[in-house]
Amino acid sequence: MTTEETNCEASEAMSPEALKEEMLKAYPSKTAKKRGRQMVVNDPEAIPEIGANSRTTPGLITQRGCTYAGCRGVVIGPIHDILHITHGPIGCGYYSWLTRRNMAKSVNEGDTNYLQYAMSTDMLEEQIVFGGEKKLKQAIQEAYDIFKPKAISIYATCPVGLIGDDVHAVAKEMKETLGINVFAFSCEGYRGVSQSAGHHIANNGVFKHIIGLDDTPQEHPYTINVLGEYNIGGDAWEIDALLRKCGIHVVSTLSGDVNYEQIKNAHTAHLNTIMCHRSINYMAEMMEKKFGIPWIKVNFIGADQTAKSLRKIAAFFESRELSDRVEEVIAQEMAALRPVREEVTARCKGKKAALFVGGSRAHHYQDLFKDIGMEAVSAGYEFAHRDDYEGRAVLPSIKVDADSRNIEELTVEEDPQRFRSDFVDKKKRLEDSGFTFSDYNGMMVEMKKNTLVIDDISHHEIEKLIQIWKPDIIGSGIKDKFVVEKMGIPCKQLHSYDYGGPYAVFTGAANFYREVDRMLHTKVWQYVVPPWQKSAGDMASPRHAPDKREKPGTTDASAESIEQAA
Amino acid sequence: MRKVAIYGKGGIGKSTTTQNTVAGLVEKGKKVMVVGCDPKADSTRLLLGGLAQRSVLDTLREEGEDVELSDIRAGGYCQSLCVESGGPEPGVGCAGRGIITSINMLEQLDAYKTESGDPLDYVFYDVLGDVVCGGFAMPIREGKAEEIYIVCSGEMMAMYAANNISKGILKFAQSGAVRLGGLICNSRKVDNEREMIEQFAKQLGTQMIHFVPRDNDVQRAEINRKTVIEWNPECKQADEYRALANAIDGNDMFVVPKPLQIEQLEKLLMDFGLMD
Repeated sequence: MTTEETNCEASEAMSPEALKEEMLKAYPSKTAKKRGRQMVVNDPEAIPEIGANSRTTPGLITQRGCTYAGCRGVVIGPIHDILHITHGPIGCGYYSWLTRRNMAKSVNEGDTNYLQYAMSTDMLEEQIVFGGEKKLKQAIQEAYDIFKPKAISIYATCPVGLIGDDVHAVAKEMKETLGINVFAFSCEGYRGVSQSAGHHIANNGVFKHIIGLDDTPQEHPYTINVLGEYNIGGDAWEIDALLRKCGIHVVSTLSGDVNYEQIKNAHTAHLNTIMCHRSINYMAEMMEKKFGIPWIKVNFIGADQTAKSLRKIAAFFESRELSDRVEEVIAQEMAALRPVREEVTARCKGKKAALFVGGSRAHHYQDLFKDIGMEAVSAGYEFAHRDDYEGRAVLPSIKVDADSRNIEELTVEEDPQRFRSDFVDKKKRLEDSGFTFSDYNGMMVEMKKNTLVIDDISHHEIEKLIQIWKPDIIGSGIKDKFVVEKMGIPCKQLHSYDYGGPYAVFTGAANFYREVDRMLHTKVWQYVVPPWQKSAGDMASPRHAPDKREKPGTTDASAESIEQAA
Repeated sequence: MRKVAIYGKGGIGKSTTTQNTVAGLVEKGKKVMVVGCDPKADSTRLLLGGLAQRSVLDTLREEGEDVELSDIRAGGYCQSLCVESGGPEPGVGCAGRGIITSINMLEQLDAYKTESGDPLDYVFYDVLGDVVCGGFAMPIREGKAEEIYIVCSGEMMAMYAANNISKGILKFAQSGAVRLGGLICNSRKVDNEREMIEQFAKQLGTQMIHFVPRDNDVQRAEINRKTVIEWNPECKQADEYRALANAIDGNDMFVVPKPLQIEQLEKLLMDFGLMD
């Protein structure tokens, strides 16, 4: 028996509907009802509605983070020459220090890269009782005296919101005192149901306080911004290098390896391209309203998707020369990638992945797995909204609940001087010829029928999925990585990439193929006895099919398949 | 040691009533400490003769952790002991958290004794306004105060606040030793006031422990920075406070209150408040 056959058998053992029921069985009826809405059996022809962006039920072990994490940790933190000060007790600052593996290089020799620092006002009981504004002012002054940064950004944590410190007033005062840009974010952890609220708050702040401060026009004929790319493990560098090779200039990346000056000038680009739709679509929409810059969704994760995205950008610029160059680059890169892709595909084809991560990664990484013949049997986001699952077509039908209303929605108007009506004309013309803008169709349309889509998955549900469907690899984050691996299944962290990366574009894809190959075929998993095998008597669920994986050395067939794999 | 907390609507006269009652207790030889739990730090002014008392929180802020009991506690009228919790300026920080901090500090400093180390007979917590948040409920949480007296009058809002405070007591009574000792009616000369508060107390399951009539001597004593008993021991109002002190000293009716529905409260006002 080959391992491939084993997998097929395992996954066919139970229908997605039955698996869902099995997962829900452990919950009280009200929780089961709510979770039931967040788990849907996919049909790409008739996409079902999924309950997303709703409150996590207390008691479930969730992957989610807080609003502060989304604002400071995800969207703004990677800007490396802004000095970031967390206003709050020390833990919030400390635990958001470098955890996302965003990388950045200083542009000029001698520039300070603040990414290595964690700055906090270290609020203590005294500031809680008497207010923390004075200490915040002091911290800003102190940080300025030491570093002389171009800009300082302040983040409010939970207690700051509770005691009502006016971080915006402090920012305004210090901006006047110091003569540099100082701005603050009311991103208290409790502001939303997940980190997603923090992304929105961050988008608003960057748009209000940085975008449009520098009008220096672009000389380059093909300029874009790459939005929602955070340079984890160096992804943005690979994207940048590839685009440069094609002759496309990136004005600003939000916010992987980007500096303050680049963001000030971002509004001069011709086109916004969006990687992570969830965390940055607000910015693209606001920039289009104010400056007329159109946006398209791209995906530089996976070789085939990268090629598709490059072609779409080239088509936008309507230049024969650029399109030819892009085709040339794609051909070169694909040729360079082919040997490793073919080699890895031979070993990985038909294996099953399950991805529970982020607001776009659970979608994008399916494309990398597809490159090597692997499929996602189940996937879901941590903090995405319905449009990320079902596509932007559902936007008008999304009910705005009280939690979402808690987040400021900026009123944006056309900038009378800087609005590019020529861009609007171009967009109209291209749309008439079939080109699509502002177009994200979501994850579910690209997933197969009868896959199980699970929003905000809990540990309990992941365990059930592993026990019953036995995926060969899980892509998720640190909160479940080791739980998964103790069950004998490799788990690739798709937030931080463990210690690896880059995985973007063709060059990164090669890294990912090799990494997945290595993780799937290392012999170590053969030595892990999953809990439900270890003590069958203790395990509460005799219902699931007995595990078919052989123990090391038990049969010749398993030795053979390991040989093959190696 | 009996642990007493005085609650009531803002401006109803909690601090005045507390200090005048404490004066009545210390006059008869009881050992009493008053802990002001109001950021304004004006709960012990009459006992101290207007002496500006350094608050626990100010001291904590200025001295760091190295605080002595003598830094934060002062002796007042008839060996009464006075502490002010203090708190932030209006509009900043968290006064509720401040009360938690300062009561914890008092416990650490072993403040619930006299200077010579004798046990106290009473500690009185004088708490700001309504039970507005977790911090202001501190004295009735974790058994810090066990008997509560609510100062009220026959005015609608004062009764409404008293009812709300009863809800707070009910909540903490379920898990702890706190009980309602009675209502103190600080008269505003409202129609049928005594009868109405007596009935209100009965419906709450408690008693009106004393009816303090309105008397300008209270105001006169305050201007002189003294309790009524200290300012003019012979006056009629001094006897009222002595009576209140005696009633509290002899009180043995401690109940879990039964807060009223808003309709019941309004009916009470209709029945008693409208005179033909």
